[in-house]
Amino acid sequence: MASATDSPVIVPDEIEFVHGSSLWTDAWHRLRKNKLALFGLGCVLTITFLCLIGPLVTGYTYEQTDLTLKASPPLDKIIKRTETLKNDEKKVTFYSLTNIEDEFVEKPRDERKRIAAGLARGEEYSEGAFVYQSSNQKHLFGTDALGRDLLTRVLVGGRISLSVGFVATLISVAIGVVWGTTAGFAGGVVDNVMMRIVDVLYALPFTVIVILLMVFCGRNFILLFVAIGAVEWLTMARIVRGQIISLKHQEFVEAAVSLGLSRARIMFRHLIPNVTTVIVIYATLTVPNVMLLEAVLSFLGLGVPPPMSSWGVLISEGASTMETSPWLLWIPAAFFSLTLFSLNFLGDGLSDACNPKSAKD
Amino acid sequence: MPLLEVENLRTYFHTRGGIIRAVDGVSFSLQEGETVGIVGESGSGKSVTCYSMLGLVPQPPGRIESGTARFDGIDLLHCSGEQLRQIRGKRISMIFQDPMTSLNPYLRVSEQIMEPLLVHEKISHRQALLKAIVALEEVGIQDAARRIQLYPHQFSGGMRQRVMIAMALISRPEILIADEPTTALDVTVQAQILELIRQSQQHLGMAVIFITHDLGVVASFCQSVNVMYAGRIVESAPTEELFAMPLHPYNASLQQSIPALHRKGDPLYTIPGAPPDLSHEIKGCPFIQRCAFAKELCQTSEIDLDEPVPGHTTSCQRVLRGELGDLRLKAQAV
Repeated sequence: MASATDSPVIVPDEIEFVHGSSLWTDAWHRLRKNKLALFGLGCVLTITFLCLIGPLVTGYTYEQTDLTLKASPPLDKIIKRTETLKNDEKKVTFYSLTNIEDEFVEKPRDERKRIAAGLARGEEYSEGAFVYQSSNQKHLFGTDALGRDLLTRVLVGGRISLSVGFVATLISVAIGVVWGTTAGFAGGVVDNVMMRIVDVLYALPFTVIVILLMVFCGRNFILLFVAIGAVEWLTMARIVRGQIISLKHQEFVEAAVSLGLSRARIMFRHLIPNVTTVIVIYATLTVPNVMLLEAVLSFLGLGVPPPMSSWGVLISEGASTMETSPWLLWIPAAFFSLTLFSLNFLGDGLSDACNPKSAKD
Repeated sequence: MPLLEVENLRTYFHTRGGIIRAVDGVSFSLQEGETVGIVGESGSGKSVTCYSMLGLVPQPPGRIESGTARFDGIDLLHCSGEQLRQIRGKRISMIFQDPMTSLNPYLRVSEQIMEPLLVHEKISHRQALLKAIVALEEVGIQDAARRIQLYPHQFSGGMRQRVMIAMALISRPEILIADEPTTALDVTVQAQILELIRQSQQHLGMAVIFITHDLGVVASFCQSVNVMYAGRIVESAPTEELFAMPLHPYNASLQQSIPALHRKGDPLYTIPGAPPDLSHEIKGCPFIQRCAFAKELCQTSEIDLDEPVPGHTTSCQRVLRGELGDLRLKAQAV
């Protein structure tokens, strides 16, 4: 046997380590084979990217209204009306082709149709001081009842919904993991007291509390994070505690104790890394939950205050004009559902990848 | 003065089913550089004895009811948690039974070997890594420098036990507690690991407490042996004497049941019955139900350890009274 004192092992300065594959690398390899989960991951990343970049390039802001251009359907032709005023100044207003007939209410029905058809073909039409011509302005998803660009609003709303989802989940993970680990690791009275607090919080009617919070503190964006995060950590704490209890009697924890590590070090270096798979899986499934919760609050009128938008707010607005302008409901709802589905697929995929033995096939 | 002196250690578990007297009045001592074996069947309290000294007994349900364990002027059973933490992994290290579960699956081997150094010594990460590589090389893992960044699941059972040993030895402890370190390994690897522990011991001059149920290992490995039964030490002697002249019927029957000592074709000897239920208080000798020599006095008299031969203690009252001669022959006649 080589010994440290009489024949020191020669260690080269630059060692070419064989880097082992961690359980995470293995899980990633398994995840890559799961088409649905990859699709989910791709969708989430794409939508997040669009929401971040999109509002900068659409050319509209989420709050810019144009009352004459209200409720224009997706991809509708936009007609520019130029009015020459008495002092020769020109005044420009925009109308959507669908609503242009309203401009000529006083004309007979046939006449109106003819003018609209002409404009649709790109012809110019002038009448008195007014000149109508098609413009190259575009609203990909149309506009809402106040003439705001829906695409911009959907993307800005996505920022809010996604950030509520992720930030509130992060808050809930942080509280839940620390709480659950402490309770599980300490055990005994501490565990009992901590988990009874969780039980009590579970029993409180959440919606009522949020409504009260909103009433007393005003409709505040930050408050939404806090309110949702404060509720979602309970389940996380329970799950983590259960895992920690089953882990702390494992031999490697005993070995860590026998090496003289402090409790904090054992908690953060040995226990928590072993529950990260569970945390990540559960967190991925919490994000859609939180987003749904945000949507519910928005639907109840407790979401972000106008003119700010979120997917929940947009769906709620769209639902009220469902008969006349259905795209205002379907488009945000499609984005929302796609994100929720994707996150759920991803969560399931992660769970299978991290626990290959429990995978269905 | 002995390096470690355990006196009258009692560790009880307070469970719903009653008080389990897992360790009930154990005393032994360990000299510097000595190897002491603790032998006994499952549940005899071998492991709990050592866990108690390092504060590894979960409390509750466990409780150390009495006793002292003096190590360098510190009573391990009554010192502060922080004091004990400074000793664990630094001056007294432990190797566990199952190397498959004793390493954290999520940490690289390097991180786990470095951990005792980083915790107990002021040392840079780089230096710790170099020391860890040396330690891994010392326990006979070839190409340690390259392999150290692997994860435990990429090592075999024997290699993992070597890693455990490297972890335990890296801070050059004065005492190594080996809790059945070879039980989970196959026979060839067992021999290698034993040899490794023996060499490290000679090299580092540390004392070893070797817990096992394998008498064969004890015979080749330990200088003195404590035989435990039902939470107490029933016999303790230098190894040679323990085998040459058993002074307790339990020890004698244990030796009888080693298969290698039987002629081919002979039925194997087993000790009849099962160990007593530790949740009931045991009056008299705990071995009485299974002992071929039991008499009424075994039930009634106080069972105290005594030293009929210098350096060789037994708790068998009949032996102490001189009523029994060579236990071995008589056992065979049964």
